[in-house]
Amino acid sequence: MDKPEVKGKGIFSASLEDGLSTDEFIKGLWRDNPVFVQVLGMCPVLAVSNTAINALAMGLATAFVLLMSNILVSSLRNFIPKQVRIASYILIIATFVTITDYAIQAISIELHKSLGAFISLIVVNCLILSRAEAFASKNSIGNSILDALGMGVGFTFALFCLGAVREIFGNGTIFSFPLFAENFQEWIIMILPAGGFFTLAAWLLIFNIMKKRKLST
Amino acid sequence: MTDESLWYIFINASLISNFVLAYFLGICPFLGVSGKMETATKMGAAVTFVMIISSMCAYGIHALLVALNAPFLQLISYIVVIASTVQLVEMVIKKMSPALFKALGIFLPLITTNCAILGLALFQTNKGYNFLESLVYALGAGAGFTLALVLIAGLREQLNLADVPDVIKGTALTLVIAGILSLTFMGFAGLGL
Repeated sequence: MDKPEVKGKGIFSASLEDGLSTDEFIKGLWRDNPVFVQVLGMCPVLAVSNTAINALAMGLATAFVLLMSNILVSSLRNFIPKQVRIASYILIIATFVTITDYAIQAISIELHKSLGAFISLIVVNCLILSRAEAFASKNSIGNSILDALGMGVGFTFALFCLGAVREIFGNGTIFSFPLFAENFQEWIIMILPAGGFFTLAAWLLIFNIMKKRKLST
Repeated sequence: MTDESLWYIFINASLISNFVLAYFLGICPFLGVSGKMETATKMGAAVTFVMIISSMCAYGIHALLVALNAPFLQLISYIVVIASTVQLVEMVIKKMSPALFKALGIFLPLITTNCAILGLALFQTNKGYNFLESLVYALGAGAGFTLALVLIAGLREQLNLADVPDVIKGTALTLVIAGILSLTFMGFAGLGL
């Protein structure tokens, strides 16, 4: 590279200099999983994970907003003044959430109804703001995209884990396919709010046990 | 409009569909600052205050946006109002009680990203409440949030003395308690009409 004038100040130059690291992608999947390890963005996780399809849709919507806001925040990171950065991030996020909200409404009105106000509430998902503040505002666009993809996939994965468990036990179905014989007695509690708390607690417990086992070996 | 329906809105928002335990709104501060009774009470008060102010503002904004025929600006304007209210509360608390300001720490600015507040503004718009109803709804939601926070803080203070296996300590344990609390709150559903 014989272009001395690009020295990290430009928008796109930084990504070339820093180089991309696949670690930024991998970490969101498991080691720093936003739900199971960082315990961020709990509200949608618990609220819309009563069926697998809801959970998946919510996860994808959040991942999309996360990706877009990370890209924008990262590309504007040298222009946004420090004092107003949080407000600017929230405005950026709110814009993309509005887009997502209208897009889902156009794609499937039924899905929009079952997710309800929780699509709008992606704005206040701590995960997105924390990625913008902690990562995208300091790193190049390339790495920010990888980070958003990793975190988004990790978040969707976690939501799906929760939604699938709750649907299997609470409804006896997965993606609305019946799994058990006729006389299966549904565990109603799993679809109720309390079931959300219990299922998440169980998943966290499993993660804790695995972490402990890894440390002791 | 009778007094009874206002009363019903209050009970509904605070007990029957408690924001934290039935709608899962505001889980972050619920898990974060619920370790101590005192901070929990004050956090609840701060959130209630922000809720009431932002609910009033949201009512005005909604009327304005309907008049301007620009519903797509709803989300953005709500969040801006909430962010500025939180800023105001932050300055007031910092001036009045620096100790409390320290105790609440990062969770004070994070009230902005408390889903309960934005959720409240959105729900009251969806339900088409008038000004008085919105106010009562905000009051009820705040009371319910404070109640849930104080209850869990009390339980967690007791649990500090208990002998719990290492693996479940922390968030997992809090979630289990929250689940049980949520079950008990289901009993209030009988109050509904």
